[in-house]
Amino acid sequence: MPDKVETSEQRPETAAVSQTGEMAIELIGINKHFGPVHANKDINLKIRRGTVHGIVGENGAGKTTLMSILYGFYTADSGEIKVNGKTAVINDSRHALQLGIGMVHQHFMLVENFTVLENVILGVEDSARLRPSLDRARGELKRLAEEYELNVDPDALIEDLSVGQEQRVEILKALYRGADILILDEPTGVLTPAEADHLFRVLETLRAEGKTIVLITHKLREIMAITDDVSVMRRGEMVATLSTAKTNPEEIAELMVGRRVLLRVEKGEANPGEVRLQVRDLVVKDEFGVERVKGVSFDVRAGEIVGIAGVDGNGQSQLLEAITGMNRPTQGEVWVNGKQITFTGDDGAAVFRRAGVAHVPEDRQEQGLVVQFQQWENAVLGYQDDPRYGTGVFLSLDECKKEAQAHVEKFDVRPPNINLKTSSFSGGNQQKIVLAREMSRDPDVLVVGQPTRGVDIGAIEFIHNQIIAMRDAGKAILLVSVELDEVRSLSDRLLVMFDGHIVGEADPATATEGELGLLMAGVNDKKDAAE
Amino acid sequence: MDAFTSFIFMLDSATRLTVPLLLACLAGLYSERSGIFDIGLEGKMLAGAFGAACVALITGNMWLGLLAGIGVSIAMALVHGVASITFRGNQIISGVAINFLAAGLSTFLGQNWFSQGGRVPSPPAGGRFDAITLPFADQLREVPILGTIYAELISGHNILVYIAFAMVPITWYVVFRTRFGLRLRASGENPKAVDTAGINVNLMRYRAVIITGVLTGIAGAYFSIAQSSGFINNMTAGKGFIALAALIFAKWRPWQALGACFLFGFLDALQIRMQGTELPIIGEVPVQAIQALPYILTVILLAGFIGKAVGPKAGGVPYVKER
Repeated sequence: MPDKVETSEQRPETAAVSQTGEMAIELIGINKHFGPVHANKDINLKIRRGTVHGIVGENGAGKTTLMSILYGFYTADSGEIKVNGKTAVINDSRHALQLGIGMVHQHFMLVENFTVLENVILGVEDSARLRPSLDRARGELKRLAEEYELNVDPDALIEDLSVGQEQRVEILKALYRGADILILDEPTGVLTPAEADHLFRVLETLRAEGKTIVLITHKLREIMAITDDVSVMRRGEMVATLSTAKTNPEEIAELMVGRRVLLRVEKGEANPGEVRLQVRDLVVKDEFGVERVKGVSFDVRAGEIVGIAGVDGNGQSQLLEAITGMNRPTQGEVWVNGKQITFTGDDGAAVFRRAGVAHVPEDRQEQGLVVQFQQWENAVLGYQDDPRYGTGVFLSLDECKKEAQAHVEKFDVRPPNINLKTSSFSGGNQQKIVLAREMSRDPDVLVVGQPTRGVDIGAIEFIHNQIIAMRDAGKAILLVSVELDEVRSLSDRLLVMFDGHIVGEADPATATEGELGLLMAGVNDKKDAAE
Repeated sequence: MDAFTSFIFMLDSATRLTVPLLLACLAGLYSERSGIFDIGLEGKMLAGAFGAACVALITGNMWLGLLAGIGVSIAMALVHGVASITFRGNQIISGVAINFLAAGLSTFLGQNWFSQGGRVPSPPAGGRFDAITLPFADQLREVPILGTIYAELISGHNILVYIAFAMVPITWYVVFRTRFGLRLRASGENPKAVDTAGINVNLMRYRAVIITGVLTGIAGAYFSIAQSSGFINNMTAGKGFIALAALIFAKWRPWQALGACFLFGFLDALQIRMQGTELPIIGEVPVQAIQALPYILTVILLAGFIGKAVGPKAGGVPYVKER
């Protein structure tokens, strides 16, 4: 690879550009500590004006911290920031805004029960009375909407908007403040493929107008699709800045992880056996009494992985809760190994576990673990009534710890310390703790929600391999993930969920991303043709 | 006295009893809208009442008394502010501490200074807010219905009563129609959004807490140098907690707060009126049972009739910028 150079300084063409003074942003020797964690180590970064500059790295690589420093949300311990060639001191977000830097955060910074207009003017009101500012913003928003295809109803409440629309409000907020440099933090994580495409069109228009865009993401596909340059971060360090046209996803992935990684999951043919899990006409309401699963039926056989794809919030969470006993369906049946499972009390999860359903919940910190517990306590949690772990009211700590130790060894949990508080483990290792617990029970059915959410690429590879090993051992596996790439590469059959319905089934090996994207957005050709 | 006049008299009494509730409720509204829970309304009112009574007694000037009440109350509010904003303490605990501090300190200082068992004697003439007779009240008194309402219900209150009721539209305007109000509400809903918009969240919260102090100070002065004359132990008698209940009942909105406070004020007036009267069937009800009525109704209303009251989302949570 002749084009690959390890740091930006050594890169001849980047250096050449810097002499012409076209840099929108220069970061020189940025350091930031959070307690003992060195989140940013001597970061040097140059971003050319009028380009889309990607920043990639694993979770915890320090991308968001770096951008938060640029936006004035955190202050760097040391280092220098230059904006448009001039040294700038950015102590708070106000300074950043004055310098023309706007940021669209991963978790939107919107006030839910405010209108779009109120959110847009917050912090940049023209006068003590709101009315004049609101009127001006209304006109300005109309202009921006026409110019950039950013349509939103200015009087709508944020809580009534879709995620895609909320993101538009964030972009409008930045543009209304006159942002010249726009930072987007993981902007597509919550979008449908169509919404993501729309976002990219908006970004291209912005670039064409000479605005500079910094895109933080962990999706290599997006980096390849839209960026001009890409910087890779690993463990708080900037490891390389490359020209996107002269690199490839494999090279970037290797730089991110520090070793070769397989981006594709390697698995053999599935060998489906008898039906283990049957779901019939399931209807589930959420805690507000809103119907979120609206009549869903499917089977999962031994030795196959059935994936459920869909944009977050289309009923997947409620479906998972109903087939693992965390919530009672209002209608419909769940059968495991040919027996219908029902329960009346609050012990649904235990009933399902006894029937042979293991559950790796979507949200490991809320549902999968008690993060204040030590690792060994979590290793038996949910199975603590097993006679193996003790009799009566007493727990046999030795047995529990022996089990925990086995988990740590088999699943390569790091650090391998069973007495460590669970919250001290990284996201990937916490996930391994949950997986180890659920998989070690040798269940017939394994239900997995978002197995790699917030997990590093290296650990993702391991977790995927474990799931495939379970399949090959003849378990029935239901996999729910909002990461389309993940469900596509792991599943043997793929169901797409939209608005509480299963709107289609696809063969993950042959279905194109376009077809799946349409299904995920609720467009079903067959159904539409019939109407 | 006909039934109508007697009803007007009861409304008149309800109005007087509503005033401290309303001031405390609006005070709480500012603080809680900014994200600082305040169960120390009671304590701040009590401290304000004590401060007002002392200064009015010494100077013989009601306005100085009022200022003293406000000053003492702001000082207490700032204790709560420093504890819960700067030091990120638990807002409930800090509020409870304010209540105990006010109750203990007012009794202790009162006994020390005036040796009347914690009481502060009545201020001299001029040290107390007297009723204001509005123009033409006497002339219009004889006009049926409207005249009675004007002369008996609207006229004849002290200035603090009018201030309290004027605070309702003022609060509504400030909270919903001004830049300050927008930022205040945003601080209580999503402080991070406020911070990223370049606004200092803690400063917003301090401002809100100080406004709370001003309003509870006026409420305190109303107790000791307007409604009554002089300070007695625990004279706020749980009104701060009822105001808090009214605030939740009103879902943190000013006009609804007026409605809720007036309802509680009316129940209080009813309670006073019913003492010693014979009820049909039941006969005479013990005074204690009647006195408990407003409180029992408070519980019933809060438990059963308000539905889901969702307060400011970030309420009670100190704002921490660094992770």
